[in-house]
Amino acid sequence: MKPADPAGKAAPWEPVASLETLQFKARLLQRIRAFFIARDCLEVETPLLSRAGTTDPNIESFALRIGEEQRWLITSPEFHMKRLLAAGSGSIFQIARVFRDRERGGRHNPEFSLLEWYRVGWDYRQLMAEVEELLRHLLPVDPGPARYLSYRQLFLNYLQLDPLDADFAALHACWLRDHGPVQGLVAGDRDGLLDLLFGAALQPRLRGQGLVFVHDFPASQASLARLRADDNRLAERFEVFIDGMELGNGFSELTDAQEQGRRFAADLQRRAGAGQAPVSRDELLLAALGHGMPACAGVAIGVDRLCMVAQGHAQIDATLAFPWERA
Amino acid sequence: MANYGSNDLRSGLKIMLDGDPYNVLECEFVKPGKGQAFTRVKVRNLKTGRVVDRTFKSGESVEGADVVDTDMQYLYYDGELWNFMHQETFEQVTADENVMGDAAKWIKEQDSCMVTLYNGVPIAVTPPNFVVLKITDTDPGVRGDTASGGGKPATLETGAVVRVPLFIESGELIKVDTRSGEYVSRAKE
Repeated sequence: MKPADPAGKAAPWEPVASLETLQFKARLLQRIRAFFIARDCLEVETPLLSRAGTTDPNIESFALRIGEEQRWLITSPEFHMKRLLAAGSGSIFQIARVFRDRERGGRHNPEFSLLEWYRVGWDYRQLMAEVEELLRHLLPVDPGPARYLSYRQLFLNYLQLDPLDADFAALHACWLRDHGPVQGLVAGDRDGLLDLLFGAALQPRLRGQGLVFVHDFPASQASLARLRADDNRLAERFEVFIDGMELGNGFSELTDAQEQGRRFAADLQRRAGAGQAPVSRDELLLAALGHGMPACAGVAIGVDRLCMVAQGHAQIDATLAFPWERA
Repeated sequence: MANYGSNDLRSGLKIMLDGDPYNVLECEFVKPGKGQAFTRVKVRNLKTGRVVDRTFKSGESVEGADVVDTDMQYLYYDGELWNFMHQETFEQVTADENVMGDAAKWIKEQDSCMVTLYNGVPIAVTPPNFVVLKITDTDPGVRGDTASGGGKPATLETGAVVRVPLFIESGELIKVDTRSGEYVSRAKE
């Protein structure tokens, strides 16, 4: 086999990842399994073709029409795994293929491997500590001491801007100070600008900083995290970075069925308003939460990204046998 | 022209922004895991050469620019405009000083150039990467000096001035890299 060839010089039938990388990835998967098995975390399998889609307006599911029925490829195994938790599975993990329409770039492939796990009785702080242990266990070079930085502190440190208070105009001015105009930005869309500043202005600042946990996201970006009991402007959500590469996202999970229902409804309203494809909300998840899901924390880590970081690849394609265009 | 979605943007695409044609130089997909997706591009204005950055929210589209690079033969300079001919259709176009830019100082009649047409009108002319030109004026050569790094200015038949090694004589042909404006080697006819 030939060496990694992200530039696409190999013939179209040939794999892009080198044999060395594929071997590394195989060992990585074994080591991940060994890590969780040693910690009494149960490996599970859940469906890829779900009867419900992802309502999150920022994530597009691939929709499939099967006879008269609409199904969606999962964008994460989260909802099914939560149903297992509600049924009393205890702590569980899964390495799943997940699918996200239109996510393609140097660090994105629309189909990728996600390691997702849930710890019953834990909160996001305990889970961050375990993510740190896992990464130390897996990475060939120790990433050094972890840095914990709140989302707010990250903005204050590098942009001198408070993401909780700054209005749309202030965020927009901050972006335009160093960057060109944004086409399609909706006036008043604070979260859009926060995402852009976070992804394009702040994340690159984390390069060379080793392991960084960014935690306590604004409530408007809670996703499926519960809000902090002592400050409802903040969600118990974190993201983990190595040298500026986003590896994963975790929460103290929302267990309240009614609040989950409201978030689904708000997502669907936003989707409709933006003319996005409609999806069915997951009634089975709501039923499971209604039955009662134990307090838990969960996190998903991109396995291909982890492989990139461990092997020093700049492009996700170098870790994939057959990236999107060769699939 | 075709419209491109933000996801179709690639380096090398020609797009319209604010009424001007641009060439996409770099393209980066930005998306925090749970956040909105954007495509960031670095683009060069094909009229002014200015490089700017632009961001497109996912789902936005942008109009393609009717820009084509065409191989054309340089015919002659009429004192005001440079005249080019398409080698297959024999169609002729003219370019002014602005459009010619640096290309004017490297090309001779009959040379092939890449003429960038926007809506059929030239907006840029790119000379061949390497040209062979005769030296019309330079200080007398220093024989035997093939190694010293100094060099000296030499005026070429097109009027361009390049630095050449000391041993090069007036009347000699030399090969020049037009991208850097640097002497490459002696040349034969």
